[in-house]
Amino acid sequence: MAKGYSGVSLPFPTLAKTALEDTQLRTNLARATTTIRNKRAKVVAEVGDWEALRQAGHDIKMESLSNLSTHLTQFEKEFTSAGGHVHWARNSQEACEIVARIAKENQVTSVVKVKSLTTDEINLNEYLGARGIEAKETDLAELIVQLADEHPSHILVPAIHKNRDQIRDLFVEKIAEAREGLSNNPRDLAMTARVHLRNRFLSARMAVSGANFAIAESGTLCVVESEGNGRMCLTLPEILVSVVGIEKILPKWTDLEVFLQLLPRSSTGERMNPYTSFWTGAGDGPSQRHVILLDNGRIQTLADENGREALACIRCSACMNVCPVYERTGGHSYNSVYPGPIGAIITPQLLGPGLAKTLPFASTLCGACYDVCPVKINIPKILVHLRANENRANASISEKLAMRAAAYALRPDGLKILARLIRATSPLLTSSAFTKLSKSLPVAKKWMAFRDIPRTRLNKKP
Amino acid sequence: MTSSRDDILKRIDQAKLGMKATSPSRSYETTSPLSHEELLDLLEDRIVDYKATFTRSNNVPATIAQLLSQYSLTTIVVPEGLPSDWVTGTIDHKLSSAELDGFDVVITSSEVAIAVTGTIILNHSRTDQGRRAISLVPDTHICVVSAKNVVGTVVEAVRRLNPLDHQTWISGPSATSDIELERVEGVHGPRNLHVVLDLS
Amino acid sequence: MKVGLFATCINSIYFTRTVTATRTVLEKLGVEIIETEQVCCGQMHINSGYPDLAKPLVDRVEKNFKDCDFIVAPSASCIGSLREHEDRPELVAKCFDLSEFLVDILKVTDVGATFNHRVTLHTTCHSLRVAKLGDKPQQLLRAVRGLELIELPESDSCCGFGGTFSVKNSDVSGAMLADKMRNISSTKAEYVVSADNSCLMHIGGGLQREKSSIEVLHLAEILANTNG
Repeated sequence: MAKGYSGVSLPFPTLAKTALEDTQLRTNLARATTTIRNKRAKVVAEVGDWEALRQAGHDIKMESLSNLSTHLTQFEKEFTSAGGHVHWARNSQEACEIVARIAKENQVTSVVKVKSLTTDEINLNEYLGARGIEAKETDLAELIVQLADEHPSHILVPAIHKNRDQIRDLFVEKIAEAREGLSNNPRDLAMTARVHLRNRFLSARMAVSGANFAIAESGTLCVVESEGNGRMCLTLPEILVSVVGIEKILPKWTDLEVFLQLLPRSSTGERMNPYTSFWTGAGDGPSQRHVILLDNGRIQTLADENGREALACIRCSACMNVCPVYERTGGHSYNSVYPGPIGAIITPQLLGPGLAKTLPFASTLCGACYDVCPVKINIPKILVHLRANENRANASISEKLAMRAAAYALRPDGLKILARLIRATSPLLTSSAFTKLSKSLPVAKKWMAFRDIPRTRLNKKP
Repeated sequence: MTSSRDDILKRIDQAKLGMKATSPSRSYETTSPLSHEELLDLLEDRIVDYKATFTRSNNVPATIAQLLSQYSLTTIVVPEGLPSDWVTGTIDHKLSSAELDGFDVVITSSEVAIAVTGTIILNHSRTDQGRRAISLVPDTHICVVSAKNVVGTVVEAVRRLNPLDHQTWISGPSATSDIELERVEGVHGPRNLHVVLDLS
Repeated sequence: MKVGLFATCINSIYFTRTVTATRTVLEKLGVEIIETEQVCCGQMHINSGYPDLAKPLVDRVEKNFKDCDFIVAPSASCIGSLREHEDRPELVAKCFDLSEFLVDILKVTDVGATFNHRVTLHTTCHSLRVAKLGDKPQQLLRAVRGLELIELPESDSCCGFGGTFSVKNSDVSGAMLADKMRNISSTKAEYVVSADNSCLMHIGGGLQREKSSIEVLHLAEILANTNG
């Protein structure tokens, strides 16, 4: 997952520092997150039984995980008996191989794609590209990001880091259908994309999608979208391949009565998104239907009793839109397909021990995310748990010693000594000499970079 | 050598060892307290909010004719089970995408509509609603919703539907806010939606 | 009613006036405080991912306060942290933030305080979401004579302290602090008050660096004030 991004996993604080200096990104992101979270708050306030829905959503997901193998095999049986093909992939490599093989077997050299985080996670586009198969993104923001050869900066509005002029210039440069004198008006830009993609939709032979939900009892897949490119890709081509994380399984069709309320209101802040498609292994549309059930770290996440709740995520991005850290550092600082609060807990677990190790610390534990999570994932609790795991494995000797010393000092005798010590030295602590000195001390300089030690009545002149 | 499938299933069972399955709490509401009349008003409100048109009708053929004339829609495609007295159009017998692209308008019935969310649900197993492609490619969609099929909540709608039927849930024309968060309506899929509420 | 006063480590070491003020407020309302040895609640270690080092501290809290019916602390975050120990139900049931103890247990909002100044309240993430104090601090402040309470814009937005976050991710911490200080300055208050000195150490440090005239003060210190 991290490979497709920078290749090198830089620590969060380093990437964040760069992001903080990018004023356009910060302004755009703050505007986006503020707008979306206000919309979300408004439509959620309309729903009297929101808390009951959240609890049901949480419970259904956890119950589904507790019977995961049963549900997966049932889904396989239903989807297959309806005429579809089910494949199983343990990791990115296996999943990508399956997609490429299906394309090759059908002499397909170009596929259209519905926006799918799961396909980003497995770096599918790069894999196919290296084998002579073009993967064309059809979601507007994904198209923009693909043309610019960049990575998405937000799960829901991936091109938020770009303004309309940049997009106009990009289209003029890269899209044949962009007419002379194309304006920077979003409507004109979207219509250009419409024309550009329409021909692709009407002639594409193969599409790749993800799925928001997979229903075990009926073998039904569900894709939730806004633009209509999903419907195009899911309906018109002859071959459809859907890459679905195993945690997307829901036991029953009626479980959707909960999630189709939770998801639209939590993600785009709408009562319902414009288009939702449901299909099984047979019916009108593609004559060949494939599902690839993907592990890629989900099972190892399931194995962690305290971390598995992260698998309940329905990818709404509500947590990102309320996170004060994400708002200021955007998607790229997390170096993951899944950024923000959910990213901080799922990325380290999917990748495995030792990777993405700074992400669990990229939080003040303010809890705003937990408040808005539609499936009640206790993100702060899992962050703390992952911090403990990380420290046990990798904390530096100096940090461990310092923490041990602190624990010792915070016992009753230690507190008494410290209190006396501070009382004696407090005038020094707020002196300019100390401030200067501490700016060169390792940990202290981080505090002193933009803060003093505040004067209290202890050391303030009366 | 174990297959990926066997490996995955085995490791799942190891991973969730000891995980207790508890029956999910379901204390959420299922129905709306509004009367049916109020639900029809709410549906209208939501549909108009999405910038689709909404016409109440006691004479569906007449209303359809009026919409066709008002919006200058001449080439019409219909699913084969659409009531023949509603309109005369080309019946879809597995028309190609290119052929579908040549029609001004598609006219279908619908399965159920949800008032709270302004959602219209097409069931593609029904011959009067047709396969998915026909309500996707033409730029205008006239959709007839029977007042009898209007329910209040998402819960009610889900419980009336069969998962083995392919469905498309439509809640307004397509939209994107991907460019600077400015909402643009009508990206792909029909840019014009006209809802006819059949009161007969 | 046997009440223990949990000073908290940060108050025992540095913000000692908060402890004195808490004691003053409680005693004025007729509460007899049982003397207990002070100890840290372990929150910093727990949140930084060293739960094993925190365990003896929490054990000590339980031990030191075992004869108390109530443990009252001038700290929403410490109380919030202590109440998260689901495996220690007796301890959880005893823990109260000062504002909760006053409003819910002693059933008072007017503690007879005076404070003739413009004040804005920083609600703190722990007050809001962990200890869930609701509007109890506001109720108490509104009953203080002469106090003008000005609402803080974006009050539910984190100040950026977050314990070791303030050092490990100091750049982001600074960016969050800058926005918090901007909001505080916009109220033209003379004092910013909260239920947590941890946030105030961060905010106060920032305000002082900016040479702002706005000072930080713990809620307890306002409630203990009777001379203008």
